[in-house]
Amino acid sequence: MTPLLSVENLSIGFGKGEAVVRDVNFAVRPGETLALVGESGSGKTVTCRAVLRILPKTAQIRTGRVTLNGSSGGLVLNELNERRMRDVRGNLVSMIFQEPMRSLSPLHRIGNQVSEVLWLHRGASEKTAKKTVLETFERVGFPDPERAYSSYPFELSGGMRQRAMIAMAMVAKPELLIADEPTTALDVTTQAQVLGLIKDLQKETGMGLILVTHDLGVVANMAEQVVVMHKGRVMESGAAEPLLKAPAHPYTQQLFNAAPSIPAAPELAEPLPEDDLILEMKSVSKTYTMRAGSAWKPDVLIHACRGIDLKLPRGKTLAIVGESGSGKTTAARIALAAEPPDPGGEVWFRPDPSAAPLAVHKMTRAERTAFQREAQMVFQDPYSSLSPRMRILDAMTEPLEIHNIGSREERRDRAAEMLKQVGLNADMLQRFPHAFSGGQRQRLSIARAMMLDPRLIVCDEPTSALDVSVQEQILSLLEDIRDRMNLSYLFISHDLAVVARIADEVAVMRQGLVVEQAPPDTLFYNPKHPYTKALIAAQPTPDIERPINLKLVAQGAGAPDSWPEDFRFTDTVIPSLTELEPGHKVRCHV
Amino acid sequence: MSILRYAIYRFGTMLLTLLVVSAMVFIIINLPPGDYLSNQIAELQATGQSAGVAKAEFLRKEYALDRPLWEQYMIWVGFMPGPHGFSGLIQGNFGWSFEFDRPVRDIVGDSLWLTVLVNIAAIVFVYAVSLPLGVIAAARSRTWVDYTSAFVGYLGLATPNFLLALILYYYGRKYLNIPIGGLMDPVFEGQPLTWDKFKSVMVHLIVPTIVIGTAGASAMMQRLRANMLDELGKPYVETAVAKGMAPSRMLAKYPLRVAFNPFVADIGNLLPSMVSGSVLVSVVMGLQTIGPTLLTALKTQDQFLSGFILMFVALLTLIGTMISDVLLVLLDPRIRYEGREA
Repeated sequence: MTPLLSVENLSIGFGKGEAVVRDVNFAVRPGETLALVGESGSGKTVTCRAVLRILPKTAQIRTGRVTLNGSSGGLVLNELNERRMRDVRGNLVSMIFQEPMRSLSPLHRIGNQVSEVLWLHRGASEKTAKKTVLETFERVGFPDPERAYSSYPFELSGGMRQRAMIAMAMVAKPELLIADEPTTALDVTTQAQVLGLIKDLQKETGMGLILVTHDLGVVANMAEQVVVMHKGRVMESGAAEPLLKAPAHPYTQQLFNAAPSIPAAPELAEPLPEDDLILEMKSVSKTYTMRAGSAWKPDVLIHACRGIDLKLPRGKTLAIVGESGSGKTTAARIALAAEPPDPGGEVWFRPDPSAAPLAVHKMTRAERTAFQREAQMVFQDPYSSLSPRMRILDAMTEPLEIHNIGSREERRDRAAEMLKQVGLNADMLQRFPHAFSGGQRQRLSIARAMMLDPRLIVCDEPTSALDVSVQEQILSLLEDIRDRMNLSYLFISHDLAVVARIADEVAVMRQGLVVEQAPPDTLFYNPKHPYTKALIAAQPTPDIERPINLKLVAQGAGAPDSWPEDFRFTDTVIPSLTELEPGHKVRCHV
Repeated sequence: MSILRYAIYRFGTMLLTLLVVSAMVFIIINLPPGDYLSNQIAELQATGQSAGVAKAEFLRKEYALDRPLWEQYMIWVGFMPGPHGFSGLIQGNFGWSFEFDRPVRDIVGDSLWLTVLVNIAAIVFVYAVSLPLGVIAAARSRTWVDYTSAFVGYLGLATPNFLLALILYYYGRKYLNIPIGGLMDPVFEGQPLTWDKFKSVMVHLIVPTIVIGTAGASAMMQRLRANMLDELGKPYVETAVAKGMAPSRMLAKYPLRVAFNPFVADIGNLLPSMVSGSVLVSVVMGLQTIGPTLLTALKTQDQFLSGFILMFVALLTLIGTMISDVLLVLLDPRIRYEGREA
């Protein structure tokens, strides 16, 4: 069978610089999925954009041939003139992008943006286009296609927006679809459903698919062919099954080892000791009022957290897991006294085993200052959490200055010491943040949090902006520091695999409620709650034998009233968190 | 429906703002010690002309200048009956100009409409020039098109307006036979509007429009270019290209729509800066706008005249901001749907 798309000896460079993609070869057959795998900077994105020739202005294809053998005969894409290339884009070859929010125009209705493809390539009238678009909307899973047609992107959730993007890419029935990290910005259960949808559509239309991703789990679930890229070169390529089962190239092996996964068959774990708690949250709730914007409609109450009871033993890691909007970040903010809970909620903090517990939301000024030293935070995005105008030295010594600790030299020495602790060099102190990579910046954030010698660190998705291999290093670093300095972590994450690795206790949140709580091994060995089961099932693992179970995902990830009777909750009737076995609590009616 | 409600709401806030502005205008005019009449009386007494003093005293009473300041304000606006019953701004009586010894209405009369005309022409010029140039400069950024338009734009920003006026008049006269000075041929002054008068006004408008609008146009162009460049880097532009759209259509439909917001929002800021910025130009070019009159009125503490002109400028500004706010709501669904459940 002739390949649908073949890329031969492709090299791409920016300006006069060295080539960023060198000698890349691959071929996609009709109906087949090729995964382009690599970390940031590997050239995978530039490669897939080169197929459609939508590279940045300064980039140019230096050598190579991109041939598309579609139903309309062979086309050498890199030699077509711009005009004929436009007939290929969106028509024969279409593309899905990473960020569904930013990839759709905020000012145009979804229907308009999707129909446009048909206006452009089929010369369709508005009416005939609308009919096709509505059918496509229905196919990609919009419950109300008419409504979606006249919606603006900001009125839809992330998953729905990505479905709209898929509809836009599919509406002209392309022969090749290029998906550039289509699910990276989505929650894990949404990711599973979107991947399932792409796979189904591919089966129906027989199109070829190039899937660009950094996630080997996604690869294992989707691809027949794999191309592993690193620094612009192909490291290893071939059929997915043998490659995933026995990666030959050291770089592929390294990627595999770094990919966190949920352990396959763990054992039940002992419940955590509860005698020395550093942090305790008692029936913490948080309600926000959203103004209805009209005097006639009542304000809408949003229950970000509902009755949260959590205990963090000293020296341990408590993870809160949930999807966006589950209330996990609100809970962390309340724990850090950044926000008060609703009346009745209490947060207790005990800096030392011997010290008296401190009510975090009723502190005096002096207590608050001390608390701010003892509880620190590491943020999600290392790119925006360091001021680009401050030298590392200044950024790191600032907390000490605020708290008036030490002389200049002592602060400096401490900053140097902390850099060493996180695996960086003391001579980097004079640099500015832009001189560091993402992983190094996250190390800097950790070092900065450590400057005041805290007891408790709240980590808000500290690794979700990082590449897998870097994520692995940061997790090791966090574990290492915790054990060395006897720290306690409150760890916020949406990624069960990350949590599986670092946490001692996991609380799964959904719609402001903790639905299940247990040590990770217990949780993964014996998940009870349908939502936990869905989260676990949706987690893509780089094991080709363990595909995502979409049925389990669909059961648990839906609205709470679609759950089995025992677990259902409404606004008024909420089952209590019941301890089914020692240390394993599930929110269910017993 | 909601847009109508918003427009009404915006109109209400505009009236309120206007009320506050009127109080501030009145206070500021009355801040310097003395007023036109007391200055005049002092002067007349010093030279011993008692007949004039009597007239000035009569005017003081006539226009309630002998009453406390707050009463003067209420009478001026028309909330309180003055010596001749309710007769203030609201009732359409703009007061008396002591300097010119004529009603304010007669003095400003024509020049009000000419001011509006000149400024609207200048704004149209600003938008007509900056829109295409800004878009082209962004689409062809870092090419000769971009550099040339930026250079011309900076020249426009940096050249003093009156100098530009002189240059344009000189060459306009020499090569195109464009009339110098004024906003119409002197024979039409005070005449009812005829086709010939209209033509005369249009021809006279050319140079003032360019002079007043150039600086604004080049600033606006640079701003639009910067906004467009920001937008061109956004992923939705890439999506549009990947759809197979032609560049010109894509530019007009997507990035321009988004970059248009600040562009529209500037209408409100443009108006007052043009009115006040064109005072000097109007003097130099002999335009019959209210700019030169305002200058005289302020210098001589002619309070009703200056008060009225300042109120008029404030009204123009408020109308400008209101138009841009309503346009923004029409243009941007994100603003329109704010507060609606997603």
